[in-house]
Amino acid sequence: MAASRSSVVPAAAGRTLRRDAWWLESVPVWILMGGFSLYATFRAFEGKFYESAPYLSPFYSPLIDPQHHWLPLWFSPAMLILAFPLGFRATCYYYRKALYRAFLLDPPACAVGENPQRKYRGEAKFPFILQNTHRYFLYGAIVFLCFLWYDALRAFWFPGPDQKLHFGIGLGSLVLLVNIVLLSCYLFSCHSLRHLIGGNLDCFSCTAFNLKRHGAWKKASFLNERHMIFAWASLISVGFADFYVRMVSSGMIKDLRIL
Amino acid sequence: MTNETKYETHEHDVLIIGAGGAGLRAAIEAMAAGARVAVVSKSLLGKAHTVMAEGGIAAAMANVDKADSWSTHFRDTMRGGKLMNNWRMAQLHAQEAPDRVRELEQWGALFDRTSDGDILQRAFGGHTFKRLCHVGDRTGLEMIRTLQDRGVQLGVDVFMECTIIRLLTDGNRVVGAFGYWREQGRFVVLKAKSVVMATGGIGKAWRVTSNSWEYTGDGMALAYDAGAELLDMEFVQFHPTGMVWPPGVQGILVTEAVRGEGGMLRNKNGERFMEKYDPQRMELSTRDVVARSIYTEVREGRGSEHGGAYLDISHKPADYVKQKLPSMYHQFKELADVDITKGPMEVGPTCHYMMGGIRVEAETAASSLPGLFAAGEAAAGLHGANRLGGNSLSDLLVFGRRAGIGAAAFANKTSAPSIDPAQITEAERDMVAPFDRGEGENPYSVHRDLQEVMQNLVGIFRVAEDMDKAMVELEKLKQRAAKVRVEGSRLFNPGWHLSNDLKSMLTVSEAVTRSAVARKESRGAHSRIDFPKLDEQTWGKQHNVITRDGDRMKLQQVPVDAVPDKLLELLAEEK
Amino acid sequence: MADAILEVFRGNQEAGGAKQYTVPIAPGMVVLDALHYIQGHLEPDLAVRWNCKAGKCGSCSAEVNGRPRLTCKTRMDALPTDKPITVYPMKSFPVIKDLVTDVSWNYRVNKKIPPFTPKPNTEWKMYQEDVDRVQEFRKCIECFLCQDVCHVVRDHHMKEEFGGPRFFVRVASLEMHPLDNVSRTKLLKNELGIGYCNITKCCTEVCPEEIKITDNAIIPLKERVVDEFYDPILKLVRKIRGTAKAE
Repeated sequence: MAASRSSVVPAAAGRTLRRDAWWLESVPVWILMGGFSLYATFRAFEGKFYESAPYLSPFYSPLIDPQHHWLPLWFSPAMLILAFPLGFRATCYYYRKALYRAFLLDPPACAVGENPQRKYRGEAKFPFILQNTHRYFLYGAIVFLCFLWYDALRAFWFPGPDQKLHFGIGLGSLVLLVNIVLLSCYLFSCHSLRHLIGGNLDCFSCTAFNLKRHGAWKKASFLNERHMIFAWASLISVGFADFYVRMVSSGMIKDLRIL
Repeated sequence: MTNETKYETHEHDVLIIGAGGAGLRAAIEAMAAGARVAVVSKSLLGKAHTVMAEGGIAAAMANVDKADSWSTHFRDTMRGGKLMNNWRMAQLHAQEAPDRVRELEQWGALFDRTSDGDILQRAFGGHTFKRLCHVGDRTGLEMIRTLQDRGVQLGVDVFMECTIIRLLTDGNRVVGAFGYWREQGRFVVLKAKSVVMATGGIGKAWRVTSNSWEYTGDGMALAYDAGAELLDMEFVQFHPTGMVWPPGVQGILVTEAVRGEGGMLRNKNGERFMEKYDPQRMELSTRDVVARSIYTEVREGRGSEHGGAYLDISHKPADYVKQKLPSMYHQFKELADVDITKGPMEVGPTCHYMMGGIRVEAETAASSLPGLFAAGEAAAGLHGANRLGGNSLSDLLVFGRRAGIGAAAFANKTSAPSIDPAQITEAERDMVAPFDRGEGENPYSVHRDLQEVMQNLVGIFRVAEDMDKAMVELEKLKQRAAKVRVEGSRLFNPGWHLSNDLKSMLTVSEAVTRSAVARKESRGAHSRIDFPKLDEQTWGKQHNVITRDGDRMKLQQVPVDAVPDKLLELLAEEK
Repeated sequence: MADAILEVFRGNQEAGGAKQYTVPIAPGMVVLDALHYIQGHLEPDLAVRWNCKAGKCGSCSAEVNGRPRLTCKTRMDALPTDKPITVYPMKSFPVIKDLVTDVSWNYRVNKKIPPFTPKPNTEWKMYQEDVDRVQEFRKCIECFLCQDVCHVVRDHHMKEEFGGPRFFVRVASLEMHPLDNVSRTKLLKNELGIGYCNITKCCTEVCPEEIKITDNAIIPLKERVVDEFYDPILKLVRKIRGTAKAE
């Protein structure tokens, strides 16, 4: 059967009748994702300039064996830590869309052709079937989030000359605070969390407890609609937070003390 | 038998023509009665005009207004119909509608809820109480999807995109239908022991209509051709609120739910003109009254910018409007650049619904022709001279079910049908003739002219002079339609399809006009400028009935069935 | 008044190609109006499906300038006029003629889905907070644009293994129905191949009813599949409590 359509719009990668600049959609993903990956890799291997009291870079929190008592010297503590947030983001329902589109061209954009020869398995087979582990990364991310909240709050307590901690506000405190708020928004807008918190129920009104979960689910749903925004905002903020700490720690700039 | 083997042939106990609410409901019931059932539709399954029903299903469930009961619903229906209704149908309808709605829920439909967890009901024109069970403003979609899923689950054979061009008869009895697949243009014979007509209305004969291409009066014309009686064809409902601007969307329905939710009608001077025409019920008066009021305002120079009236719901909170009238919000936003939460819509009357149709028995939905049943808009009787909003969906359910039972029972006691090949040959010859004509007109231009004739001469307000002219024009159009030429192949060819639909439209247009000329009074949707009053003495007591007499249309009057005393008392009561 | 040029696909399974038509533009005109103009004045055999013309029935789906759209809701004045406006049939389904495609696959998929099955002795009480979520799914008008744009169908032709967004929406409406008593997660994983969906969201982008197909139907269903098949902890919990939904 010689399908007539194929004579008009042959199946081929990138073929489409779309008039708009569909390929532009992926450009921010390439730039942000690519830039962040390079920077994070560099920082993970760098293994220094991650702390400047009271600030601790989110890449290195919680701080594990910074003196390399048992970690080999070439192994920076960040490498242990980054795996979790990275896994959380890689399996995130939003990033999956962005990454499949931008990097695997699967599809390059809506109604834009793909390579018809490639065998497609989606998330039904290895490797992407592993995306189903997202909720476990979520559990991990919740633990990390606690550490980061601790770090962010600690960033308001500056060591004084009397060896005691005094309340204060530096630009770094605010950077870390903004970062942790955005990270929290990203985490609480997670699709898996929305499911576990109430989405898995069929009847909200059946019990009083279910009604409570319905309330939580509605809030999670509100955040969830903005998951994409939080995903990017928190990616940028976490990178910037580390960058700020590095600048201060390496002495490139001096932290601005507000209070 | 030679002819039969030449065509693809299917055999069922019950054949249902039309896959809207009535057809699907009939199919479900006939399946439940153990019959083998096929449903034929001109469109894909689930696209019938039932999806356009927006406001709700009228059923006296008394979930919101506890005082509601079937007797009030019965009275509202009869009064709305100006007592031209078949009283027994009105009674059955009012009594059975609540159960039919509950049934839908048990098949998976999800209506909007009251705080007690019951089905929510809203106010509508002509209904004394809040009575319309609804889902926002997409009740019809919910209903057709529920029925469609139920039918598929029960194993109904569905023949999509198949047009019936002739009912096959054996002597006086209907034994099946002959049609063609729209996709390929191949013919098909559908043998059945009984047939249910659920083909909907006739709106496509008018220029400004809420109806889609499908509503060409096929069922009525097929039944008429086969010898069935058509009842009260003059009662054509013009819905008061169709879109008027921009031109491409003229006629598209604006749900009565806008008024049910508190929408107000104003003229260009900002006057709430319904105060003049029906100060008690205002915007929630019956459709005939509201349509005439808007029409009168426009004719007397107080219309809106594009010749309609302003309908305003923007005094309600924006979120409420979007939640209760989501599809209206989108419809106006996308098609007319109007934000209905901020400003008024422009609306005007649009040809919407046919109260007349195939004459049926109340209990069984049987027509005057053995083996032929009819339900929904194709059938006549329930709504009398004017239909109340919301009574259409309940009509489909109540009488769809009854037609299903009736048709299955008839099939059960009937022998296998035998087909007369001559009827098929004749139908096929007529159908393919437009391809063979060397020259001839485009069917679309004949259709456009027919719409103008009906719009201008047999519209909301009628006068003998106009209608006599219409009769002359219709005769000319018939001649032209018989000579149209179709180009291209039989493969999905809309021009060819239209050449056939034209015949049905011309038949029903003539029936409407003849009946309208005869009824020398104004009643419900039938408004005569030359006879502006109700005439209870003569016309209040008789129906118009149309039958075929050879090649000619015959019009007779039959008496209206007397309402039993007990029900008369109900009618007399004040609310 | 100004004219627009439409480039419409004309043809069938055997042969076909684009053909240009000049159509006068009226205010507020939509692409379907232009197609009707062609039918009524230029070529009466142009095949196009349509019904309500108000975005409620989902019949007039096609690809306008390469994007899957309802032609009755695509305004001409929203399209650039510097080049002809292309109108092609939905790519994922075999062409019958011109803009009409064979969408029967969708109806076959639908038959695989077990219908609404209420719990025995159901008291028919439901509350708005329970039906809100499902009512979004019930808005679907079956225009099949989501099926058309989904690359699993469109580019990978996996019609046997995959159900497509429309039917995930339908399954979601049943699975999340407060009174339904049947589990369709196994069906989702196996017959409907929800794993093939890589949530790239094109279905949501084209939905004329603005149903959030991916976020509200597919992802929650994927999570339910995870509950059932990929979450060892939950499996253990179910084993201990001895609870599982009927299939």
